[in-house]
Amino acid sequence: MHSVISISGLSKTYASGFDALKGVDLDIRRGEIFALLGPNGAGKTTLISIVCGLVNPSAGRVTVGGCDIIRDYRAARAMIGLVPQELTTDAFETVWNTVSFSRGLFGKPPNPAYLERLLQDLSLWNKKDNKLLTLSGGMKRRVLIAKALSHEPQILFLDEPTAGVDVELRRDMWQLVRRLRDNGVTVILTTHYIEEAEEMADRIGVITRGELILVEDKATLMRKLGGKQLTLQLAAPLAQIPAALSNYGLVLAKGGRELVYHYEAEGEDSALVDLLQELAAAGIAFADLHTTQRSLEDIFVSLVSEREPGREGAR
Amino acid sequence: MNWHAVRAIYLFEMARTRRTLLQSVLAPVITTSLYFVVFGSAIGARIPEVGGVSYGAFLVPGLIMLNLLTQSVSNASFGIFFPKFSRTIYELLSAPVSHFEIVLSYVGAAATKSILLSVIILATAAFFVPLRIEHPLWMIGFLLLTAVSFSLLGFILGIWADNFEKLQLVPLLIITPLTFLGGSFYSIDMLPPVWRTLTLFNPVVYLVSGFRWSFYGHADVAVGISLGMSMLFLAVFVVVATWMLRTGYRLKP
Repeated sequence: MHSVISISGLSKTYASGFDALKGVDLDIRRGEIFALLGPNGAGKTTLISIVCGLVNPSAGRVTVGGCDIIRDYRAARAMIGLVPQELTTDAFETVWNTVSFSRGLFGKPPNPAYLERLLQDLSLWNKKDNKLLTLSGGMKRRVLIAKALSHEPQILFLDEPTAGVDVELRRDMWQLVRRLRDNGVTVILTTHYIEEAEEMADRIGVITRGELILVEDKATLMRKLGGKQLTLQLAAPLAQIPAALSNYGLVLAKGGRELVYHYEAEGEDSALVDLLQELAAAGIAFADLHTTQRSLEDIFVSLVSEREPGREGAR
Repeated sequence: MNWHAVRAIYLFEMARTRRTLLQSVLAPVITTSLYFVVFGSAIGARIPEVGGVSYGAFLVPGLIMLNLLTQSVSNASFGIFFPKFSRTIYELLSAPVSHFEIVLSYVGAAATKSILLSVIILATAAFFVPLRIEHPLWMIGFLLLTAVSFSLLGFILGIWADNFEKLQLVPLLIITPLTFLGGSFYSIDMLPPVWRTLTLFNPVVYLVSGFRWSFYGHADVAVGISLGMSMLFLAVFVVVATWMLRTGYRLKP
């Protein structure tokens, strides 16, 4: 596997005693868009911060492009661009100066032509001489992206890139991320907007309470967990599923009063018809039925609430 | 060495100085001129010679030291405190720069500014009193050593301080009193013996004394001791700053 970032056994306990990460293992493939999904406080930002050098890990190891982030921090960090969650900019600097500063800070010689193209791409070129304090929130977000890309990184971290961002900028950002991926840049984004992950990501990781509970290709995940679901409200409760129906993978719910059947959303699937016929043959009558299509959001909510009993009520 | 980064940080810090040029240059020049008018001319005329020179001339090295110490500490502390406060420090922490490069660029910029101010004050002083510098190389040596040491102290303070109040309090409650009581305005020979002994625990005494010696060849303590003490401060501050950066003290959770 061509992993560009390799994380093993990563743990973080803050001075307050809070366990933000509990032994996370994760490999990011070169050139992919990886979405890290999780509720607030799940450990997304801590994970990114450790990889980027903002937080000291308590245990575990991280390599970036084969370089250990502590022993070989220079090589590791030079490959990474980070767009933080908060809009933190130097108020009195101009756009051009702050982007040039970032490039120098990451050890690259000046390259005005590259920076001009970058600012053009981000619709910042006509603001290049503006002081940062005069810019709107959306423009500041663009500046932070320009800073992160100023040294031509191979890996870009976007921490909650579209939180509080208008539709236009969100669309621009998605376009930018795709363009970066086409140029071979690996993009890791954290988000709690499911649609963003659904729209953008090649692979998805779900993190909650400091544990990575799932890492999967988006397509596989959607197929595996995102299929259709048929729910039958039975006329009379069933104690167990009859043996004749065992190969449908049926699940009994609501104390035997509901029968749940998962099936592929796409393709010619005659199993549904077969099932209904066999149900009739087995003498199982139902009062009502409905079908639902699970979105990534449902998958996410169910995954997270499985782990967090306290959140169950919120569903 | 990541020279591009050192250059970027140094120029960033110097740009900050340029933006506040008027207040950062005009203020010390006016204050110093006032000192010379009040203490040098008005009161100084009634004070006999100190250490073989007029009181006005005697004041010059002390005043420069006073400015050098306070400016070094305040420049460097603000330089590193502000990114911490505004959270823009994420970029520095995520950059491929070593601890040495961070210190070199921040402390270098702060020291540059305070040395420039010292030179301006020296030039201002030349308008008011006859100046004489007997050991110019030593003078430059003490100037550099003190500027670097106390910029380092400011850097340490800036990392340690977690609010603006602490940032202001340390210079106000520690640095300024130590400087005023460290022989900036008087020779410690003028003090009663008990106070003279106590004063020797004040580190600033050694800095001022050595610096004044480089001007007039007359010192409160032997110049070798002054040099040794200056080196010692530098060494202590280097150790503390290195420890802070290595452990991520108040920078990295």
